[in-house]
Amino acid sequence: MVLKVFFPSCCSSADSGLLIGRWIPEQNSAIILAVVHFPFIPFQVKQYLSEVQKVSQIETVVLGTWCNNKQEKEESLGKFLDDLSTIFSHEPWLQISKEKGSKFWNCHTLSRQAGTPKEDQIILIYYDQRKTMLSRLHPPETSLDNQPGVITAPDASKLAAVFDTVARNEVLFLTDRYDEGPIKLSHWQSEGVEASIIVELAKQASVPVCMLLTCLLSLVSGLCRSRILKFWPLSFIWSKLSTCEQVGYRLEHLRFVFSNQKAENHTQFMRKNRIGQLAEALIPVADHVARELQDLLQWLMGVPAGLKMNRALDQVLGRFFLYHIHLWISYIHLLSPFIEMILWYVGLSACLGLTVVLSILSDIIALLTFHIYCFYVYGARLYCLKIYGLSSLWRLFRGKKWNVLRQRVDSCSYDLDQLFIGTLLFTILLFLLPTTALYYLVFTLLRLLVVFVQGLIHLLVDLIDSLPFYSIGLRLCRSYRLAAGVKFRVLEQEVGRPLRLLMQINPLSYSSVVQTYRLPTYSCYPKDSWGSLCKKLFFGELIYPWKHKEDKQD
Amino acid sequence: MEEPRNFSDIDGGHLALQRRCYSPSCREFCLSCPRLSLRSLTAATCSVWLAAYGLFALCQNSMVLSAAIFITLLGLLGYLHFVKIDQETLLIIGSLGIQMTSSYASGKESTTFIEMGKVKDVVINEAIYMQKVIYYLCILLKDPVEPQGVSQVVPVFQSAKPRLDCLIEVYRSCQEILAHQEVTSASS
Repeated sequence: MVLKVFFPSCCSSADSGLLIGRWIPEQNSAIILAVVHFPFIPFQVKQYLSEVQKVSQIETVVLGTWCNNKQEKEESLGKFLDDLSTIFSHEPWLQISKEKGSKFWNCHTLSRQAGTPKEDQIILIYYDQRKTMLSRLHPPETSLDNQPGVITAPDASKLAAVFDTVARNEVLFLTDRYDEGPIKLSHWQSEGVEASIIVELAKQASVPVCMLLTCLLSLVSGLCRSRILKFWPLSFIWSKLSTCEQVGYRLEHLRFVFSNQKAENHTQFMRKNRIGQLAEALIPVADHVARELQDLLQWLMGVPAGLKMNRALDQVLGRFFLYHIHLWISYIHLLSPFIEMILWYVGLSACLGLTVVLSILSDIIALLTFHIYCFYVYGARLYCLKIYGLSSLWRLFRGKKWNVLRQRVDSCSYDLDQLFIGTLLFTILLFLLPTTALYYLVFTLLRLLVVFVQGLIHLLVDLIDSLPFYSIGLRLCRSYRLAAGVKFRVLEQEVGRPLRLLMQINPLSYSSVVQTYRLPTYSCYPKDSWGSLCKKLFFGELIYPWKHKEDKQD
Repeated sequence: MEEPRNFSDIDGGHLALQRRCYSPSCREFCLSCPRLSLRSLTAATCSVWLAAYGLFALCQNSMVLSAAIFITLLGLLGYLHFVKIDQETLLIIGSLGIQMTSSYASGKESTTFIEMGKVKDVVINEAIYMQKVIYYLCILLKDPVEPQGVSQVVPVFQSAKPRLDCLIEVYRSCQEILAHQEVTSASS
């Protein structure tokens, strides 16, 4: 049977000693976690291992011996190592030894079982202990009985067991060689436990630092307002250095923003502000949109696309909509002095993030195109009424009626005058249909365009909300933390020696990272399918693309 | 180490198979695909630039020409990094698993490792590919729910697409290792 030995690459240069780790009999693999050096007392080693076992809940035992022959081969050491197998009984007992100046290691197993001693084939797999400890395998294994305890070996994959073993034995890696305990271990942290002074200090000092920052800021702004800088040598130097100039501008700007004095006039208030430019641009845009709409209506009132409209209805509808546009433009011009102020205060909320700015943009678009929405509603209602009237009168034409109680079409005998008036009305509605339909079509298309633009902005907001930036950053900078699996590389071989492999972590692909760690979004998507949307458009029912948030929960 | 042997793929291109035997239970098969030919590269570049020149003659905007150069460069880089596979390797380690590596022309390598516990068998399957019927080697994965079922079929050498003679070589070696592994696991 093939025996697999997972050896940490950091222990390759360690001194001779005992190998401790975990033995998984079902998979015939030994995961070595550390090397215990001489001198030691066997009883203390056993005690230490039982303590570690209690914390990590993984059976950590002595697996064998490690012999690093830095000098000439010592016979006595070899005999001593053989005797150790009697003290720490473990089946099978591993003996790994390394010659000086040779890349290839000797690996033997001692088996005490009765029966023929089999010559086991051994595979040596080197792994990076630190990366394996920090890494997380995807997709995460869930044990069958849903307990957070030890993963049962036959169900789990071998790799998950390896990662799990190394990760759980963190307590083993907390002792380094500067500790004064009875046991001397070698593992990835034995040169010194890793800790970041900066992180520790930051944790301790976060609250006082924040208070200090606010004090400093008020001090700096107070200093800038002081009159000391106005004296001759300092002010001359200040004006010559461009960095000082820039700093001065920034500080002044900040001071302006934070000061609680009222601005002298409106233009000074907006002096270095792009909000002013934006507000100045909005009114002409609104005017432009209104002008385009007026041109469109004039076109519709004439001979649009070669179609001949019913003159009277055309004029009525056209004049009605034109008056509506005129009212809207008057309101906009009435509001124009206040738009800059409103935009400035609303724009202050932009410090809450890009998504807020995008949502504000979407709302501004909705407000600016409000008249298009109104026109769409008028056109749709008219068209809807006409379609219902037509269908009902068509049934009358054929001598049928819609039974509301039974929700079906029944035959009905009408009087002669009912039939006469019904037919007259039917003809009138039918011949007025093209005009209404054209107005409805034009305004629906405009409304759909606006909805489409708003939908794009919503999609963008949704994307920004749900993108897991931390996970992507982790995948970029510390790719070994998110593991899709492992990859093996075959190292140099020598005939007669065990097979040597290097195990490296295979990082997760970016698409899997985004898919696994996607954040839940709060947006509401339209419920209608394409078919029902087309049906609603045909019958003139109003379309509400976004239901209210309470209706949709995921 | 063995000499690389010459085979051909389903389109008639030249493939080189190299077998390495590291130990009785560890074998590696390395299949090298045909390189990017100068003729196809020249043809693609010329067609893009001719189209760009035609557009330039129409609209007299020199941005079209610079855009065409950028597109050609970026397209070539993207093709080398994401599409063109130079070499495909299959590494079988008995009792550990099967690893498939694809190396792209830009040096990028993408690896997949399947543990031996999940592997049911390695077979040669037939498939309808466009207008042809081709043979391909694939790994059958065990179904955790149903012991006799197959949960997934993973094709191997997907971009090299060797013919049946090459596949038979690889298949025989893989079956030797799998059989050997079953014998040792049954005897223990």
